[in-house]
Amino acid sequence: MTISETPVAISTVTVSIDGADVTIPEGATLLDACTKAGVDTPTICYAENLTPVNACRVCVVEVENSRTLVPSCSREAEEGMVVQTDSERVRHSRKMVLEFLGSGTDLSQAPQLAPYMEHYGAEPDRYGPEPERMNEDVKVQDDLYIRDYDKCVLCYKCVEACGDDAQHTFAISMSGRGFGARISTEFDATLPDSACVYCGNCVAVCPTNALQFKTEFDLRAVDNWREEEQSVTRTVCSYCGVGCNLELHVQDDTIVKVTSPNDHSVTSGHLCIKGRFGWQYVQPTITTK
Amino acid sequence: MFGAGGGTVSYKEIEETDVVLLWGSNAREAHPIFFHHLMTGLDNGARMYAVDPRRTSSSKFADLWLGLELGSDVALANTVARHIIQTGLTNDEFIAHSTEGFEAFKESVEPYTLEVGSQITGLPADAIAEMAEAYATAETAQILWTLGITEHHNAVDNVLSLCNLALLTGHIGRWGSGLVPLRGQNNVQGGGDMGALPNKLPGFQNVTDPEHRAKFEAVYGVEIPAEDGIHLTLMFEAMERGEITAAYVIGENPADSEADINHARKLLEGLDLLVVQDIFMTRTAELADVVLPASVGWAESEGTVTSSERRVQRVRAAVTPPGEAKHDQDILGEIARRMGYDWGHPTSEDLWEELRGLSPMHGGMTYERLEAEGGLQWPCPDLDHPGSPFLHGWLWEDDLGGRGPAPFSPVVHAGPKEELTEQFPIRLTTGRSLDSYNTGVQSGGYDSPIRYGEALDVNPADADRLDIEEGEWVLVSSPRGSVEMPIRIQPDIPVGLTFTTFHFPELVDINQLTNDAWDKRSGTAEFKAAAIRIEKLTSA
Repeated sequence: MTISETPVAISTVTVSIDGADVTIPEGATLLDACTKAGVDTPTICYAENLTPVNACRVCVVEVENSRTLVPSCSREAEEGMVVQTDSERVRHSRKMVLEFLGSGTDLSQAPQLAPYMEHYGAEPDRYGPEPERMNEDVKVQDDLYIRDYDKCVLCYKCVEACGDDAQHTFAISMSGRGFGARISTEFDATLPDSACVYCGNCVAVCPTNALQFKTEFDLRAVDNWREEEQSVTRTVCSYCGVGCNLELHVQDDTIVKVTSPNDHSVTSGHLCIKGRFGWQYVQPTITTK
Repeated sequence: MFGAGGGTVSYKEIEETDVVLLWGSNAREAHPIFFHHLMTGLDNGARMYAVDPRRTSSSKFADLWLGLELGSDVALANTVARHIIQTGLTNDEFIAHSTEGFEAFKESVEPYTLEVGSQITGLPADAIAEMAEAYATAETAQILWTLGITEHHNAVDNVLSLCNLALLTGHIGRWGSGLVPLRGQNNVQGGGDMGALPNKLPGFQNVTDPEHRAKFEAVYGVEIPAEDGIHLTLMFEAMERGEITAAYVIGENPADSEADINHARKLLEGLDLLVVQDIFMTRTAELADVVLPASVGWAESEGTVTSSERRVQRVRAAVTPPGEAKHDQDILGEIARRMGYDWGHPTSEDLWEELRGLSPMHGGMTYERLEAEGGLQWPCPDLDHPGSPFLHGWLWEDDLGGRGPAPFSPVVHAGPKEELTEQFPIRLTTGRSLDSYNTGVQSGGYDSPIRYGEALDVNPADADRLDIEEGEWVLVSSPRGSVEMPIRIQPDIPVGLTFTTFHFPELVDINQLTNDAWDKRSGTAEFKAAAIRIEKLTSA
């Protein structure tokens, strides 16, 4: 009698990151190698719980003997690779990417990008003082989350989370071309009329707050969203027996947002409508004063 | 059959399994994040067979949907078993080494030919054969179920019939293969683990075992009654006989959730004393003599819960309970104190430490480890033990880990208790929808854009025959009561069957209709099968 166990294969590769050798498991990416080497790398469309789609190009690095720059988030590390993360070419490319995004979208609620803007000297307004915008009203179609297209950088994360990286609902995808390209429901249906099941996993992965929980949107509208004061407590959802870990974001002794940790084996950061939005019974309606 | 009660595999394993039988479970809506793991398995090439009278949203992801006649699960399982035996696809080495009673079992399924099975279940013989062969020939395979299996008068037989399939094929006790009852609430598993069962002490130790009792008595300092207690369904029967005259209800809403609800309410109203400890003024609390306001378990209290994969995890207080609401353990402590037992003020970790000393399967789970390791799966007997992803590996050990072989359990088909009659010719079954939960006490607190309220799902052909339209309010009656509710025409519901959720008792008091016939062994009522009729309301 034998028991089949899961195979545990740990072979490694060694690559050079800015002159320092780094050893990582086979199959790991250059981004993993950079992280291990202590090199901070900007990312926008990358998330550890989604398949890389190489949309934003801000994480590019220079690999010796490679004609083009390569996106570190998806490029698998190979034995002996020699990687530069801070060459003139890399810095220039990252700066351009950040400038183009800043000139076409509202990055005001993506504070994680600001240090990189500064570091690479990105000046979006050199393409014109008035940044180009979609100039659409924020779509508020229900009480759970809103869509602000001016903030969307088309990183595809929401599409991935809605699709085969997690939810398998496929309610949204890319539509249109050029500057008119946008994430849309089928035939641009309103969310309640679309296939959307309101898991909110798209909102959770959005890097720029283009998708935003309604509670956050309402509190921001009255200038009362105080993220720096919020506590985050990890607990377990009560709506079924799966045991999804929740992070309760609390401001003024009131839950204002619920997320799930990306690094937990049960959820990988994803939740369903009940876990994500079903907490309001714990407290009276949130005051937006 | 195997000892302790719990799902035998981890969620991770379904991502790597080859064949999935999703049997009486709509996990897509009732366990959505588990379904993510299942979808990863399908993306990795697993085949899925969905067994459910309804064409549920889960079954739409299956390779094959087996829309069996409601309540014919044992007949289907026995037919599958016979076909596996007939085609020589049994795991003979496993049967010989790890099981007992095969010959008697073989004989018991002999009547369930594909023809007979097909007749009872209403399924094509080919479909049954295909599922049987896929399951038996898979390298790894899992059977998942929920209340579609257990909310029947023959619930235990239903479960045993599925366990038999695992024993025939050896799909148990190794990575990727197993039996998975998905739990409906965040601590159903933990409640059982902690001894909230009439015949168990914490850690599935037996009340009737003097050694087990002595261990607890030494720590608790009181004598523990030597006889098993009784479960909820028997408690209601004891109320009826006047033997139970007082009840203390903690975090449960039986005045909305019990089957044949009018009857249950009458019994609760007739008690001399009803104490309800809850976070809300539920319908049960409204009937109570004393209401003790409690705090929310997962957001206002410290403690642990245990999931469907036996993972013990920490819950933590993030916000302050309102008004005079208190932690459950503090309320119980106060009551004990006034009854003359001063427990002091133990923290939840103090209580957990006591439990660790009493329940061997939790022995290695300190709060520190639970926090550092993202929870641990029992059994985890000591501090060096990594926890157990799957159970029953002993079945594959040469000496069976010193245990006896696992027995086959011959079971026979018995359809729903309540037969269809001329007066009540239509089947009613109940279940959950994605955005709501149980009697709606919690999920009623948020505004879901996809909520449609309560409605009776009927097939278009039945709607035609009854001359009823989408959204029309009708009178729905069972032998126990009548309610008015709107119609939702659904092609996914078979002819002759109707379905509704039970999330909105204020709107539609659906448990006036459901049947409280129950399984003597599990104590579970047959929520899943009542007989009803549908009548038009007199035209306005």
